[in-house]
Amino acid sequence: MRAVRVSVVTAATAAVALACATGCTAKSDADSGNAIKVTAADSSCDTSAKQAPAGQVTLSIDNKGSKSTEVEILFPDDRIVSEKENIGPGTHYTLTAEIKPGSYEIACRPGMKGHGVRQKFTVTGGAGSAKRDPQADGAVAAYREYAQDQADQTLPKVKVFTDAIKRGDLEAAKKAYAPSRIGWERTEPVAESFGDIDPKVDTRADGLESGQKWTGWHRLEKALWQDKKIGPAEKALAGQLVTDLTDWQQRVGKAVISPTSMANGAKELLDEVATGKVTGEEDRYSHTDLVDFKANVEGAQKAYELLKPVAAKHDAALTKELDKQFASLNELLDGYRTGAPGSYAYKSYDKVGESDRKQLSDSVNALAEPLSKLAATVVAS
Amino acid sequence: MTEHVAASDGEQGAGAAHPGRDETAGTGPGSGSGSGSGAPSRRSLLGWGGAGLALGAAAAGGAAAAVTSGDSGGRGSSEAAAVAFHGTHQAGVSTPVQDRLHFAAFDVKTDDREEFVQLLKDWTAAAARMTGGRTVGHGAAGLPEAPPDDTGEAVGLKPSRLTLTLGFGPSLFERFGLKDRRPEALVDLPKFPGDNLDPARSGGDLCVQACADDPQVAVHAIRNLARIGFGTVAIRWSQLGFGKTSSTTPGAQTPRNLMGFKDGTRNIASDETKRLDEHVWVGAKDGTDWMAGGSYLVARRIRMNIETWDRTSLQEQEDVFGRDKREGAPVGKPKEHDEPFLPAMKPTAHVRLAHPDSNNGATILRRGYSFTDGTDGLGRLEAGLFFLAYQRDVRKGFITVQRHLARQDALNEYIQHVGSAVFAIPPGVRDAGDWWGSTLFGNAGN
Repeated sequence: MRAVRVSVVTAATAAVALACATGCTAKSDADSGNAIKVTAADSSCDTSAKQAPAGQVTLSIDNKGSKSTEVEILFPDDRIVSEKENIGPGTHYTLTAEIKPGSYEIACRPGMKGHGVRQKFTVTGGAGSAKRDPQADGAVAAYREYAQDQADQTLPKVKVFTDAIKRGDLEAAKKAYAPSRIGWERTEPVAESFGDIDPKVDTRADGLESGQKWTGWHRLEKALWQDKKIGPAEKALAGQLVTDLTDWQQRVGKAVISPTSMANGAKELLDEVATGKVTGEEDRYSHTDLVDFKANVEGAQKAYELLKPVAAKHDAALTKELDKQFASLNELLDGYRTGAPGSYAYKSYDKVGESDRKQLSDSVNALAEPLSKLAATVVAS
Repeated sequence: MTEHVAASDGEQGAGAAHPGRDETAGTGPGSGSGSGSGAPSRRSLLGWGGAGLALGAAAAGGAAAAVTSGDSGGRGSSEAAAVAFHGTHQAGVSTPVQDRLHFAAFDVKTDDREEFVQLLKDWTAAAARMTGGRTVGHGAAGLPEAPPDDTGEAVGLKPSRLTLTLGFGPSLFERFGLKDRRPEALVDLPKFPGDNLDPARSGGDLCVQACADDPQVAVHAIRNLARIGFGTVAIRWSQLGFGKTSSTTPGAQTPRNLMGFKDGTRNIASDETKRLDEHVWVGAKDGTDWMAGGSYLVARRIRMNIETWDRTSLQEQEDVFGRDKREGAPVGKPKEHDEPFLPAMKPTAHVRLAHPDSNNGATILRRGYSFTDGTDGLGRLEAGLFFLAYQRDVRKGFITVQRHLARQDALNEYIQHVGSAVFAIPPGVRDAGDWWGSTLFGNAGN
C-alpha cells in the first residue's frame, strides 16, 4: 500500500471534527447559557428542550432520584455518542459533546441498568455542519445483525461439539471442535468487547492468570487431542461452554458498535491472525488454525464490505487496494482447503512448513497495513 | 539542538492542519524534547509547506553541521550530520563507515511492474526524508483514528549520518521482463568449499543497507521502508551489525573485528577517487549502460567459532592473520600501515591470501560489521562478521579472492559462511526528480 492518506478534503472535514470526532466529553463547571437541562429521577427523565443546533451540545444534568444514574446521548441504533455514568443521587454533572445533525435519544438509566427512560432529541443542521452519513448508520445496523446471526448459528454447532463430549465420543467431538468456533472467530472483536466472556471460552494455556481456572474451547481441545480422554471434568466444562456462549448470544445485540469500531475490529481480526494463527499458537493441539484463520478473515471482510460504500467516497484507492488484498489472501487460503469449495476443511497446520507460513504472514501484512487506514476514512461519517 | 525536533514534525502543508494547534509556534505533537522552549518552528525556518530538501543542519542554538556529500570524503563530519542522499553514486558505499548497520533483503510479492516502480518512488521519497533526519509521510502524528505514517521512534534524533543504499538481486531479473537487463557482472556466486549457507539467510530480490551512527535511526529506516512495502515486497531476512570492522577513512584508527584483530587496514578510502573509479564504480563502458556509476555488493554472514578461537595461542592467532594482534602490523614490520611483505607470512595466512598481489590485483571495498545475535542453543556466542564488499565486477572481485581463501585460508578453521547474497547497486539518485532504479525501470531515467 502506498502510504495512502485520507484525501485532503476529508482531512479538512475531519480536522473540523478532530477535537471531538463523534463524541468526547468535557466537564465544565460553568454551564453555558443554552445548555439543555436534564432532570433525572428514579422513573423519569425530563429534558428542557427537544432539539439543539449542531456542534457543541451541553447537557446540564441533575439527579433528583434516590439511585445513581447514567445519562447517555444515543444514536438511533443505540450507539453511544456520549455518556456519563455514576451520577450520584442529588448531584449535578455537565456533559458536553460534539454532535452532528440527526435524530438522537437522551437516556437516563436509574440504577445504571436496563433500557432506561428515553427522550427523542433532534440536532439541527447549522450552516456548514456535515450531516451524519446514513450509509454509515446502515452499515452499523447491518453489522449488528450479522454479529447476532453469527451467535445464533454458533450455538447449535457448539451443542454438536458439547453433546459429543457428554456422550464420551472422542472422534465426534474432535470433528465438531473447529466448526463450533467459526461464528465466534468471525465476530471476535464484538465478543471481546464484553470483557468477561472471552476469558471463559477462548483462553489458551499461556493466557491463564495465576489462580484462574482454565475453561472453554482450548481446555477441551487439549483433552481431546493431547490427553485423548474425556472424563467428568470435561463433561462439566462442555456444559459450562454452552452456558457462557448462551450468555454471549443474549448480549451480542447490545454491543456498542460504531463505524470506527467496526473498522478497527476488522483490523483487530487480522492482528489475531498475525499473532496467533500464523504462528500455530491458537490451536496448538488440534492444528485447526487455518479454520480460525479463515473465519477471522471472513469477519474482517464482512465489516469492510459494509463500510466500503462510505470508505470509497473518501478514498477510492484504499478500497481498491483492500479488495485486491482480500482477494489475494482468500486465494492463498483456498490452496490449503482439503474439502469441497466453500467447506471449512483445511490442511492441518502442523503440516504447513516455515516458508508457507511466511507466505501467509506476508499476505496478512499486505492486507492488514491498508486495513489499518480504514477507520480514518469512516470517522467523518 | 531542538531544530531537528521541529524539522521532524511531519509536513502539514497539504492543508491538513492540526486544529487547536498554534500555527506559528513551537513543535508538533509528540515531538519529544524541545517543545515549548522557544525553538523556532520548522515553518519559520523553511517557509510554509517546507522545502523538500534534507535539512540536517542546525539552525537553532547549535553549530551548523555540514551536509557531507555521499560520494566524497566527508572527513571530520560530526556524527549528527546528514549525508547527502542525492548524487552520482549512492551514498553508503564510499561514505566513511558509520557505527551501526541494519541490512535487509526483500522479496518482491507483486507481478505488477507499475506497482513495483511506484514502490521504488515511494521508497526514494521516504529515504530522502529519513536521511535528512525527517519523518516519512505526514509524520509521527495525524488523525487520531489512523496509525501515523511514521513509526515515531526516531523523532528528536539527529540524522546520524544515515545512508540508505538499494540493490537488486539476480532473482529480480526473473521478473518484470528484465531478463535481458541483467548485468553480466551480476553472477550467481559459486558454491565455495566450506560454505554452509542457510537459504533463509541468503538471497533476495532487493536489499537495503541502512548505516547510521545511531542504531535506532538505522532500524527506524528499515522498519518504515518495510511498512511502506507491505503487499509489494516482504522482508526475507535482515541483519543488525555494530562496530564497523572496516575503515574507509584514512588515518582513522582501524577498527577490530570480534577476533580482536584490526580488519581493513588496506581498504579503499572514501577520498581515493582514482581507486574507487578503478575498483568500485561501474564505468560507462563496462557493458551495462544502466549500471554506470553503480557498483556490485556481496554480502556474507560469516559465523565465527568464537570459543575455539579464544582458546588459540597468540602465536597461532597471529600466524592465521599474518599481522600482530596489538599493533596490527604485518609480519616482520613495526607499524600497522607498513606495506606487507607477503613472503614473510605463512602461505595460509589470511592477509597474504586476500592481498591484491595474490589475486591478480583484485581489490574490493570492504564495509563489514560485527554481529552478535545473542547465543545459540549450545550457549555459544552467535557472533561473527557480516561481510559487505563493493566492487566493479563480482567475477574479478569477491569471487577471485574467495576462491583463493576458501581453499587455503588458515582462518577457515574458525569461521563458517552461513549466509550469502549478491546485488547490483544502481547509480545514485541524481536529484529530487529522480528515483531509485530509474535507469533500469524508467524511460531514460525519467
